[in-house]
Order: sequence, then structure tokens, then C-alpha cells
Amino acid sequence: MNRPIVHLFGLFTLLFALLVAFTSRWSVFEAQSLEDNTANRRPLLEQQRVPRGLIFARDGTLVASNRQLGNRQTRRFVRRYPTESLFSHAIGYSFIDRGRAGVEQSKNDILTGSGNEFASLIDELSGAQEGDSLRTTLDPDAQRAAKAGLGGRRGSVVAIEPDTGRIRAMVSLPDFDPNAVRARFNELNADEGSPLFNRATQARYPPGSTFKVVTAAAGLDSGRFGPNTAVSGKNNKPISGVPLQNFEGAQFGQVTLTEALTKSINTAWAEVGTDIGDSTMLRYMRRFGFGAEPPVDYPRSQLAASGVFDEDQLLDEDDPIDIGRVAIGQERLQVTPLQMAMVAATVANEGVLMQPQFGERAIAPDGRVTERIRPDRVRRVIDASAARDLAGMMTSVVEKGSGTAAQLRGVRVAGKTGTAERGAGVNQAWFIAFAPVANPKIALAVTVEQAKGTGGEVAAPIARSVLEVILDAKGRGNSAPAAAGGF
Amino acid sequence: MASARLRELFGLVPVGLLVTAGFTAVVLSRTEEINDLSLTYGGFFLGLCVFAHFFIRARLPQADPYLFPLAALLAAFGLVMIYRIDEELARQQAQWFVIGLLFFCATVLVLRDHRVLERYRYTIAAASIALLFLPRVPGIGGRVNGAFLAVEIGPVQFQPAELAKIGIIVFLASYLGDTRDVLVRGRLPRLSLKHFGPLLVVWGAAMLLLVFIRDLGSSLMFFGGFLALLYVATSRLSLVAAGAAMFAAGAVFFANTVSHVQERVEVWLDPLRPRVVEDEGYQIAQSMFAQADGGLFGTGFGRALLELPGGNLILPAADTDLIYALIVNELGLFGATAVVMIYLLFAARGFKVALLARDGFSKLLAAGLTAVFAMQVFVIVGGVTRVIPLTGVTLPFVSYGGSSIVANLVLLALLLIISHDARRDTAEARGGLA
Repeated sequence: MNRPIVHLFGLFTLLFALLVAFTSRWSVFEAQSLEDNTANRRPLLEQQRVPRGLIFARDGTLVASNRQLGNRQTRRFVRRYPTESLFSHAIGYSFIDRGRAGVEQSKNDILTGSGNEFASLIDELSGAQEGDSLRTTLDPDAQRAAKAGLGGRRGSVVAIEPDTGRIRAMVSLPDFDPNAVRARFNELNADEGSPLFNRATQARYPPGSTFKVVTAAAGLDSGRFGPNTAVSGKNNKPISGVPLQNFEGAQFGQVTLTEALTKSINTAWAEVGTDIGDSTMLRYMRRFGFGAEPPVDYPRSQLAASGVFDEDQLLDEDDPIDIGRVAIGQERLQVTPLQMAMVAATVANEGVLMQPQFGERAIAPDGRVTERIRPDRVRRVIDASAARDLAGMMTSVVEKGSGTAAQLRGVRVAGKTGTAERGAGVNQAWFIAFAPVANPKIALAVTVEQAKGTGGEVAAPIARSVLEVILDAKGRGNSAPAAAGGF
Repeated sequence: MASARLRELFGLVPVGLLVTAGFTAVVLSRTEEINDLSLTYGGFFLGLCVFAHFFIRARLPQADPYLFPLAALLAAFGLVMIYRIDEELARQQAQWFVIGLLFFCATVLVLRDHRVLERYRYTIAAASIALLFLPRVPGIGGRVNGAFLAVEIGPVQFQPAELAKIGIIVFLASYLGDTRDVLVRGRLPRLSLKHFGPLLVVWGAAMLLLVFIRDLGSSLMFFGGFLALLYVATSRLSLVAAGAAMFAAGAVFFANTVSHVQERVEVWLDPLRPRVVEDEGYQIAQSMFAQADGGLFGTGFGRALLELPGGNLILPAADTDLIYALIVNELGLFGATAVVMIYLLFAARGFKVALLARDGFSKLLAAGLTAVFAMQVFVIVGGVTRVIPLTGVTLPFVSYGGSSIVANLVLLALLLIISHDARRDTAEARGGLA
């Protein structure tokens, strides 16, 4: 009976080897995919055990910090937002039970310290894993001014530094207090005003006449038009076979392109659009960033593309598009406030589109700067001279056209109004602008939903107050951080 | 050469080191106040080990010197892990060791010669089968995760399968020891129902277990033990193959017809499906996540994530069924492999006892007890690592639980008795007790 006993032992040796093989499968070979499995809450719970990096505004204001809960054994950290609703959409939130949004989501690797393999290994050995803090480009004063300007109306303001792409302000109303997200998530989610929805990056609105800036850029850059090219402003001109009306049926004769922009003459710009043709128009739109989600350090799930849409389907040159009406911001054209701020910033930056960004630098717990986030150029959209011509035309809009409400004392402002009718006497009011014209420090887009007036009446004053704060408060818009080398 | 008992005592040195290092690590990883008294559980456990050593020295001086230290090492692993989960559980576990040791001593003292067991084989068989079906008795039976495995009498809960496994092996060893000649010599066509009868009865019992106890694991453990014995008794792979095929056919049949078995199998095949992972697949999914968290070297004693903010454990049944997952989590692949190796060494010593035994019954009993022990390790570790569907048996000597400790210490006592008996014969044959 001894031989079978030895065989039996051999069999158990094999079976136990199988156990070791499967243990290695889960603990080593497939460990990564198991850690990444969405049903695995361990990574989230682990992250809760170490304090997340802090988030600061551009001037060092603390925007997101941590509250410690539990005794030392069950110690965990929960996010706290001292500035409450001021940065709600831009910064977002991070809670184990509610997930993450905004910069909290897009910069999660920095904030948890998991981005840098080597650093996290060292931290693990020393047992002191902690995320890096993040200094953002957001400016509390500009945020406050934008919020005050909107005054509770639904809408959005996005302000960008043209030469760096740094986002100085991003406001979307209605907003929310991120501290209340945990307790009131379902309520906020169901709210009729959609406070969790970031209108600045996710809402698609008809742009109205602000889109004429894109049409003008295409016209000027393609060399077919100059600021003084004569165009016809006749009312009821047929565009794609259907007569098009000017605002309030105004009748114009032959005007220069500059005048056509200053007075926002629909028929003239529609003709420019049809002249350029849909493939060239769409090409310039794509160069401005239309047709794709903006290249910003923000969660993709919270970004929307701008363009000509059929329902939710983005159209291109193969689809039948009434390009003349697209050229004046009508047709099925839909844009996000962020996209329009990028248009203004591109013109301000002599035709070069910079990548919009929220992150400025990452700082280790010991104060070392671990990463400086450099400005990143996306592409040249239009020629510098075309951009300068367009800037001149837009200056005329603010100085003697529809955008006079945005004038600032001592600073020349370039801008363009937009008014898209959304029903009887109710408009989507728009204003895009940048200033100072000679050396632009800030570009922005302002929009108000369900406005009782035009873009020039409703949105331009908001733009004015934000520009005033950004350009005056910090030494005339000096783009260097106020507290360089700070905390 | 050092005497067997001296080697056994030296074998306890690693046990002492493991308990000391483990308790220290757990204490260091905790920042909260910890009860000073709880540290004594480790010392208490070591005291019990030394006591057991002297008891073996007195009563079974010729017994295998490695079996007890290996069992103590496994128990030390278990005690440290349980201490890490909950101080109070560690205290109870230490108490269970006292009770288990009482059973151990009683077995050794009462059973001077294990061959006595042969006389009572039918009584033992009947009692074991009754034990197995006890959890189905209304009022005292308890259902754990869909399987009927536990009996609750007042405050005491115990798993009868743990004790039944010993009884059934005793019966089978005795029965096959008598009938093996017929089974070995008979040509297959001429083997009548009379000879196949017992095989069919055991197969039927395993199938009944599958359906009534609703547990593939215990059923696999018993039937595996039976096949191992059948093979050792007859050396006939054809019989074993026939038995295995019958078991597989039965298991496949029930997997396709009985809904809870079917569900178990589906969970086993893909536990990470979206809805399943939060429900039926939760245990095995958490087991895999815990192992993934462990990696090669583990997080260290006491440092794995175990408690949820609410105070619940993220790893369910961490002290019993899933304790192996926690070991992988904290000690990594290396530590877990070490544990599996200790089991393999234990099995090696157990089979060695069978090899040295003189008579058929002793050989079969030692081989059977070792096989069913190893089978139990395979069933639970295989379940936790998803080699087979997860079922609720304990990890011998490591898991928390009174019935498990008592039963496995009795199993150890039986192996030591057989070993002492066999080696004493050898020693006498060599010419002297001196």
C-alpha cells in the first residue's frame, strides 16, 4: 500500500502548486486590473486614509482642505471647501461616496500623490504618503465679480489669459456649495436649475452674433476680405434661397467689413460666410477648437464640443449646412462659453490658441515645487496680421457699436455682442471681449440665459465689471502671480 | 542524533518567533490604546504548546516529531491574524485551544490503541452521518450563505462536518481494510453489486450532501478523502477513475438542475459582473481584491485595509472562510506560499506516518486522515483563490472556530498515536526500548 500513498502525496503536491499559482495570479499577475476594477473600493478607501493635497487659488487663497474624522485607528479625511460656492464648478468636489468632479477629478493624480511612481514608492517606504498641493490659476476676485455680475441669473463667465491659456475665472450659475454635495447630492441632481451642470463647459447655446468673429477671422485670414472691404448690408437678402433679416429689420447699403461688425449686420456676414464656403468655414472653426472637446485640464465627462449639430450629432462638410446662417451664429450652431472664450483669447493672442488650463503648479507637503505647469500652445489659428485687423474691428464694436457698455476708462476694450432669440422677448445674451487691445491681458466670454435684453445690454456690463477687476486690482493685469514664491 | 522529542521542542522555536514577531507587528501598526492583557494571549498560546510537548513526551514518546510543531506554526499564523482582526476573538481562540488540547489529551489517554476504533466502526459511521445532517434539523440548524453547515445549541455554534470527517475516515479505513482483498483481486466484470455497494453508498451520501447541505466544498472534501482511501487500499486507478467520474457527473448534473448550485457555479466563473459583484459575488470579489492589494510581499502584519468607516469589515468572514485572503493581503504571495508549504509539509509527515504504519487499518487511517486534511486545505484555499467555487469550510488550525480547532487537534492526536505505535514497533524490532 506504500506506492499509492507516495502517489497521493504527489497529487497533493500538484494541487497545492495550483493553489500557489492561483494566489500569484490574483496577487501579482492580475493585481493591476483588479485594483482598477470599478467594484474595488479599496483604492478609494485607501485614498481616504491619507490627506489629499490642498488646492489654492492664484493668490494663495485656500480653496480645498481636509477635515479629519474618526479616532486615530479609523482616521480618515473628508474634503472641506472654505470658499463654499465661489469655485464650485471649476474646482468641483471629491467625496468617497459621491465621486469626483472638476479640477478635483482632473488633477487627482497630483492631489493623491499617485502620479509619480518613484515618489509614491519613497512615500510608501517612509509611511508618509500624502498628495501634493495644487496652485490653480483661478482668481477669487474675478470669480466674485463674475458671480456678482450675473447677479443670480442663469449663465456663465469664462476668463482666460490669452498668452498663457490660464483660466482666471469660470463661473456657472446656478452653482452649489461643494460642502453640501455629500448630504444633498440627490436633491442637487434633481434640481430644476441643474446646479451641478457646468454651463461654462457643458452647456451648448446658440452663439448669436459673437460667432461673426470666427467668420471674420476666416474671411481676413483667407485673404478674401480686409477690414475695409465693401459688403452689402441690404435687408431681406436671400441666403440659401430664404430671405434673411437684419436685427430689427434695419436697412444698410454698401458698408466696410469693420462697419458690418460694429453694427452686427446679419446679411453682410451671411454673404461673407457663403462667399468663403462651408469647407473653409468649417476648417477655420476646427482650428479654433470647434468640433472637439476643448484641450483643457478638466474631466472629459464634463466637457462638451461646439459646432453645428443635428440633435446630438456633430455635422461636417458632407452634411447639408446653411453656411450663411452658420456665419452669423444661427442654423444649428451650438457653442459652449469656454469655446467662445477661446475664440476671444485666440484673436487677442495674435492668432495663436493656447491650451486653457487650471493648474499652475504642484507643491509637495514639504514646500518643494514638484511641477510647474507650463503654458502650452495648441496651434496658430490665423495669421498675426489678420488677428490684429480683427482686434481693430472688435475695438470699433466697443467704441462705437453694439458693445459700448463694456467700455473701461483708460483701457481700450475689443469685443463682440451676441443676441440669440429664444422666444418672445427672451434672448441668449452674449458678449466676448479682450483688453487692453494693445497688449491683451485677459479675454473672456459672458452669456446669460433667458435674458430680457440684448447681449450689449445684458452681457457687456458683466464683462466690463470682470475686466475692471482683473485689470485694475492686480496692477493692471500683470500676469505674474501676485505672491510669487509664496507659501 | 537528537531524540525525536528534542527535535519537536526545537521545532517550537519558529512558532515562538512567529507569535512574538506577529504580535509585536500588530501592536506597532496600531496607534490606539491596546489592552496590555491582550499581549498575554500570545504567551498563553506558547505555554499551551510547551505543555502539549511535554504531554506528548510523556505519553507518545516515539511519535513523529514534526507534526505537532507544524500544526502549532499554523495555529500561530491563525492566532496572529485573528488578533489583528479583533483582540476579543484572539482571546476566545486561545480559550478554544485550551478546550482543543483537552480533547487532544483525552483522545491520547482514552485511546491507548487506535485499533479499538475498528470495533465501533458502524456506530462511528452512523454517528458521523447523523452529525452531517444535524444542520438540517429545524430549530438547531443554521443556514450560512445558503449552505447548511452549522448547528447552534444555545450560545455554542459548531460545524458538525469538522468532526464527521474524522468519523467517516475511521469507518472507511476500517471497512476498506477488511474488503480490500476482494476489491484488489476481483476482476472488474466479476465485481458484484456486493463489492460495489459501499462505493455506491458513499457516492450517494456525497450527492446527498451536495443537495441537502448545499455545499460542494464539504462534499468534495469527503468524496476526495474516500477516493484517496480507495486508491491506497486497492492501488486500482480504474476504481478511482470510476468514482471520480461518478462524482463529476453528479456534480455537473446538480449544477445544471439545482438553482443554488447553478448560481454558485456562475458566480465562480465570473464574479466581477456588474450586479453580481455587489451581491452573490461579493465575497469572492473582495477576496480577489484583498489578494491584489497584497502583491508579492504584502502590506505587513496589521497594515492591510480591513475596516470600513462604519466599522464593518471590507473582507467578509476574514477570521474564518476568507482568512487566507487576509494572509495574502498582509504577507503577500511569499507569506501565503509559506503557509501552503507548511500544509504540504504537514501532509508529507502525515503520509510518512502511513508509510511507517504496520497494519492495514493504521496505514489507511493515517493516509485517510492526512488526505481529508489536505483536501480541506485545497477546498478552502482553492475556493478563496477561485480554483474551485468558494464554499464554507475552515482553514485547518488557522481559521477562527471551536469545532475546527477541536476536530483538527483530535485528528492530530490520532496521527500521533498511529505514529507512536508504528515507531515503537520499529524500536522494539531493533531490539530494545532503551
